[in-house]
Amino acid sequence: MSRNSVVFWIGAALFLAAVVLMTQVIGNQYPFFAGYVILQFIVLAVAWSILGGYAGYVNFGTSAFFGVGVYTAVFLVKAIGAPLAVQIAAAATVGALLGFAVGLLTLRMQGIFFSIATIAVTIVIETSVTNWRFVGGAAGIQIQRPPVMPPFDNYVQMLFFVQALLVVLAVATARYIQISWIGRGLQALKDDELAAECTGVPTLRLKVLACVISGALMCAAGAPAAMYLQYADPSSAFNLNYSVTVLAMSLIGGTAHWMGPVVGAILLGVTQQLLAVTISSEVNVLVLGIMLVLFVVAAPEGLLGLIGRLVRYRAGGKA
Amino acid sequence: MTARGISEQPLLRIDAVTKRFGGFVALDNVSVDIRPGERFGLIGPNGSGKTTLINCISGALRAEVGTVVFAGEDITRLPAHMRTRRGIARSFQIPRPFKSMTVAENLMVAIDFASVADGFVSAAQRRDGVMSILMRTGLASKADVSATRLSQVELRKMELARAMATRPKLLISDEAMAGLSSSEVDEVLDLLMKLAGEDITIIMIEHIMQAVMRFSQRVMCLDAGRIIAIGGPAEVMANQRVQEAYLGT
Repeated sequence: MSRNSVVFWIGAALFLAAVVLMTQVIGNQYPFFAGYVILQFIVLAVAWSILGGYAGYVNFGTSAFFGVGVYTAVFLVKAIGAPLAVQIAAAATVGALLGFAVGLLTLRMQGIFFSIATIAVTIVIETSVTNWRFVGGAAGIQIQRPPVMPPFDNYVQMLFFVQALLVVLAVATARYIQISWIGRGLQALKDDELAAECTGVPTLRLKVLACVISGALMCAAGAPAAMYLQYADPSSAFNLNYSVTVLAMSLIGGTAHWMGPVVGAILLGVTQQLLAVTISSEVNVLVLGIMLVLFVVAAPEGLLGLIGRLVRYRAGGKA
Repeated sequence: MTARGISEQPLLRIDAVTKRFGGFVALDNVSVDIRPGERFGLIGPNGSGKTTLINCISGALRAEVGTVVFAGEDITRLPAHMRTRRGIARSFQIPRPFKSMTVAENLMVAIDFASVADGFVSAAQRRDGVMSILMRTGLASKADVSATRLSQVELRKMELARAMATRPKLLISDEAMAGLSSSEVDEVLDLLMKLAGEDITIIMIEHIMQAVMRFSQRVMCLDAGRIIAIGGPAEVMANQRVQEAYLGT
């Protein structure tokens, strides 16, 4: 293992240890309730950037994957009372299959056409779920939480920890892709698909792989949401806000490095939570829009790109 | 084929290839054999089907009718990246660099994906492989420069270098000299000659006639999707139909 990898895994272990410590020390439930949402957005943004950032295929269907994750969990709870781990694993599997299907879309669609198709996928799935009585239909469904497992004494704390595990999984996956041959292949096809293909890059296979991994992670991130809210309904599970927010987080953070979506998700997620408490949750959307516009104009490569440029500028100034 | 013996087995056999775009026939029943180690020139007026033909060879397009056989294997239905891995590399008429990468990284893509089986195991070995190709193509000093900062002639060379990094048996150069000054044309031509000396079969598409004459052992002229002449360079240039196709009647 390289030195960077050692540092990364020590960081990941410290992060998880801190999360466990928080659940044991902090008595107030609100930090976990808010923190869960931020962690969930980190997973979604990192997963999104595997396809949207590395491969350059802008997926507007985050909400489709998220909602499918939620409803996979709902279905399993209602049908067989499956435990949380099974819900997440099943959601990841369904997400991978859905990702495969979306990946095949890239066979014929590029650029904006792919993005539009992913919105269509969202609407088709949402409409289907809305008309599916077993999981509550349009009215939604109430879910009972099972008793919590030790060492946690509260279900939201446990979900907070589970989502933290998913963050580590998502970031480790994205990091691996970025530094491996997969990342180089995706970068090549993002730059020029025909040239990549003629240089030996199996472009279709890589795109489908990116869709599958990205989809599995997004659905996994959605699965615990049913237990978190103890309720699910199609219009919130498939809300387009997820797509827009996640896209904004990735772009604001920067998509060239796995750290970008993490930074973006923390920054926007914390801002949104603060605004929701202090002003109103409607202002969120406004702030999101303004930040997105500012970044697209002033820092098209995101925060990381901006910092990189400043560092290079200062280094150049000295020399 | 067997009757002529194994030593004369062509590296590339294009057999009755026809390619249509809607009602337009871009290639009409084209058949040609390219021998191993041959320097083959492909000429013809604009729109005569040269690029379509090499797209059918490299896999960017697929021929609907006819077959393309490479090193004894039918590759007509293979996707482009599989053909690259079997040893067909190409450059593009308008250079298509990977813009977000440095020159060395551009070549690294080829090493990673097309010549993985050739023993470039460690990162250092792969880097060495890249540097040796850059050295031969005269781009060593540009290794860590972004591909967006190259000049036109450097871009052409990088296209050839990237193609070389896939370890090709057959290299197709699609107008690598178009728009270059005469000294730059000589540079690129010398490079192609050098590569041909390394046992690589080369198909060169070119409009610059001196270059074609100097480079090719055999020349084929296409017009309106058909072969109108094939043979030694001088013989093809002297051909009445070739002169008509270029100069008009």
